[in-house]
Order: sequence, then structure tokens, then C-alpha cells
Amino acid sequence: MIRLLSVAVFFVTWWIASLFVGSAKLPPPPDVLQAIIAQARTGALFLNLGATLARVAVSFVLAMAFGTAIGYWMGRQRVADRLGDPWLIVLLNLPALVIIVLAYIWAGLTETAAIAAIAINKLPTAVVTLREGTRALDPSLDEMARIFNFPRGKAFRHVVLPQLAPYIAAASRSGLALIWKIVLVAEFLGRPNGVGFEIGVAFQLFDIPLLLAYSLSFAAIIFVIETALVQPFEARLSRWRPRAA
Amino acid sequence: MRLEVHIARKVFANAAGERHDVLRDIAFTLAAGEVGVIVGPSGCGKTTLLRILTGLDHDYQGSIDRPADGRIGMVFQEPRLLPWRSVEDNIRLAAPKVDAARLSALLAVLELSAHRSHFPGELSLGLARRVALARALAVEPDFLILDEPFASLDQALAARLRDQIATLLEGRVVTTLLVTHNLDDAVRLGDRLFLLSKRPATLVHALALRPPRSARTDADVTAIKNELARLKQADG
Repeated sequence: MIRLLSVAVFFVTWWIASLFVGSAKLPPPPDVLQAIIAQARTGALFLNLGATLARVAVSFVLAMAFGTAIGYWMGRQRVADRLGDPWLIVLLNLPALVIIVLAYIWAGLTETAAIAAIAINKLPTAVVTLREGTRALDPSLDEMARIFNFPRGKAFRHVVLPQLAPYIAAASRSGLALIWKIVLVAEFLGRPNGVGFEIGVAFQLFDIPLLLAYSLSFAAIIFVIETALVQPFEARLSRWRPRAA
Repeated sequence: MRLEVHIARKVFANAAGERHDVLRDIAFTLAAGEVGVIVGPSGCGKTTLLRILTGLDHDYQGSIDRPADGRIGMVFQEPRLLPWRSVEDNIRLAAPKVDAARLSALLAVLELSAHRSHFPGELSLGLARRVALARALAVEPDFLILDEPFASLDQALAARLRDQIATLLEGRVVTTLLVTHNLDDAVRLGDRLFLLSKRPATLVHALALRPPRSARTDADVTAIKNELARLKQADG
């Protein structure tokens, strides 16, 4: 209920602001809605949103899978940590733009280059988070699993993974936010479709309703994914925790 | 299962790099089904000794002789339950072969039946300790280790848990090692008593307690305790 109110406040503020600034610079909500409907009619809206979502999904899965594996490894093995740390520092601090441009130059303006660049941008933060998570694993539970002869897979699933779950959730949450932002840059620079591409077109044509139409549809999708997928998943993972009063 | 322990020396290096002995010359034998009780001042190295016996620590001089295929059940000083699994899952994970009837019986004896589906975070320390005990017994261990299972429980609760353990140990052949600093627990539960000194811990006395546990009366318990007090005094 409060969430709905908060959304309503956003739209009202927008509408009032557009009255002050003028519809040329900030078109009011109905104009943008019209642009959304027009894009939806031609099917372009769904095509572009779909393309962007697919890129987000693939690069997210890649980055999380590799990031979790590498982070766990670095958390467990001192040698791996020493070996990987300099790479991590460089990757963490390299601007997204550099990685994207280099990927396009080296691999061409291809889908592979775009997805790889996005995944590489996300990878180091996932590694760092999971490395911290692995370092924080409780050795006393490890000992318990050893004494009671847990097979490896079972120990990982029931002892290690639940301890890493909050870290994986945190990495997913921040990772998703990062990828949403970077995927548009990658599309803007070198893809023939997707929300980022359309925003680039709108920018060149100075078509602000179109720009807002895509931005808002995109934001709406993120919002739905957050509330319908990410938050219930987190709630399920932490159901064993005693609830705060 | 028979347990033979010969530890010549166990050395720890502290953060400053100084090496000092934790255990020295500890040798004893427990026959199958016997309950051995290790009594020693806190911080003397009892937990280190247990880590060596269970195979968690291999860095020592000496030898431990126990059947390699023997199942170990252990109750740690802290319950060490998986907070994200229910009471029943915690037990079943450690003892996948436990059947429903045995599990129910075990939970009933330990008065845990009502807590089957609770998570450890919802339990008091006393309850969590009992779950840890149920887990250790559910694996049908050949070798049971209890590391101060009554620590930080109030006396009434500790006494009840002690009686429950005594009941559960009766009628099965489990070589048991109990670590405690409470002489009362030691005398009521043990067949053999091993008294350890302060750090570095050495074996000061090894006693076989008479009469056997099940026939021991309160008078016997008092007599044994007096005997122990006399030994302690003689040691200075």
C-alpha cells in the first residue's frame, strides 16, 4: 500500500514538474504513455525489451557462475587468492566503458563481445563478495561435518551453501543493478537493437517521449523482477532466521 | 570398539611464534563399551586431546589406535547445529540411516518430540544441547564423545540431561569419552576416570571406578568423590 503511494507520488511530481519545465523538455505522463503504446503496437517495444532482457540474463548467469566459483576458490586457497588478487584489483577499478570498447574492438560488434564485456564488468564484484563469504565460513561446522562423515556434496549443499547464501544474494542484488546499467551502454555503443540502442536513437532525434518510453518500460520490468523474483527468493533463503521484532 | 591412546607430545605455536607443549605423556585404554571420563582444569587442553582422538588434528607425536571404520558420534561444547535446517533435518543429515521409529524413540527420551520441525535458532541452549546429543546417538556410534555437554546449563537441567545420557547408554555397547570438570558428572557416568593436570596436560591419575555404574548408589558416589578429593589434596 505504501509502495503504491510512493509510485503515485513519483507520477504526480513528474506531471507537476513537466508543467513548469515545459513539455518540450519533460513531456507529461500521457505523452510518454502514448509513445509506449505506439512502440508496443509496432512490436518494437517487446523486441527491444526482450533483446535487452536476454543479454541481462545470459551475462548475469555467466558472471554469477564464474564469480561464485572463483570467489569460493580464492576464499579457500591462499595461493589462488594471492594469484588472483592483482587481477581483481585491476578489473574492479577498470571503467565499464573501457572493457566494452576494448571488447568491441577485439571481437567486433558482436553479441558475444557485448555479453562478455557485460559479464566481465560484473565478475569482480561477485568474486570479492563470495571470497568474503567463503572466508567467513564457520570452521566449527566444517569440523562437525567431518566428524559425522558428511560426503563432500552433502557438506557443500547443507553446510557451505547456506552460509554463502546471503553473500550470493547480495552479489546477485548488486550485480543485477550493475548489469542493468551496463547493458544499456553496451547496446548504445554497438548493438542494432535493445533498450540502449533505442535510447541512442531517441537521443539523436531528440525524441524525449521515446526516450522516456523506453526508460520507463525498462524500469517497470526491473521493478517487477525485483518484487516478483528477487525479494521472494531472499525471503525464502532467510526463513530460518529468527524474525526481528 | 577399543580405544588406545598414546600421546607423547602435542605442541602449539602461538601468534608470536613461541612453541609450547599442550599435552605431554597421555596414555590410556578404553575397552569396548566403557565410559571414560576426562577431568581436568579448564584450558588444560582437553578439547585439543579430543581433536586428536577424532582425527581432526594429526599434528602430534604418538599414536591413536581405534578401528578406522568405527562410527563417531560427537557432542561438541557448543551444539554446532546447522541453523538453516530443522531439528529433524539436523539429525537426519548426520544419520541418514536412522529409521523413523528409532528417531521418534530418541526424540521422546530426550523430550524433543515437540521440537522436531523447529529451527535451532528457536531453541534454548538446553534444548539445542539435547538435539546435538540426539544427533550423536542417532548415528549409532561405536565411539561417542561428549565434550562438556552440561557446561552453562543450570544444575537441575544438567542433572536431567545426565540421567538421560545414562539411560541412553544403558544396554548398548558404545565406547564413550566424556570430558567434564564436574566431579559429580564424572563419578555418576564413568567407568574409568582420567585426571589431567594443568597445562601442559599430563595424565595424573587413571582410576577404574567400583562398583559398576548401574549398581552405584549415592553412598558409593560420595565415597568415590571423597577418595578423589583426597587424591587431589595429596597432589597439592
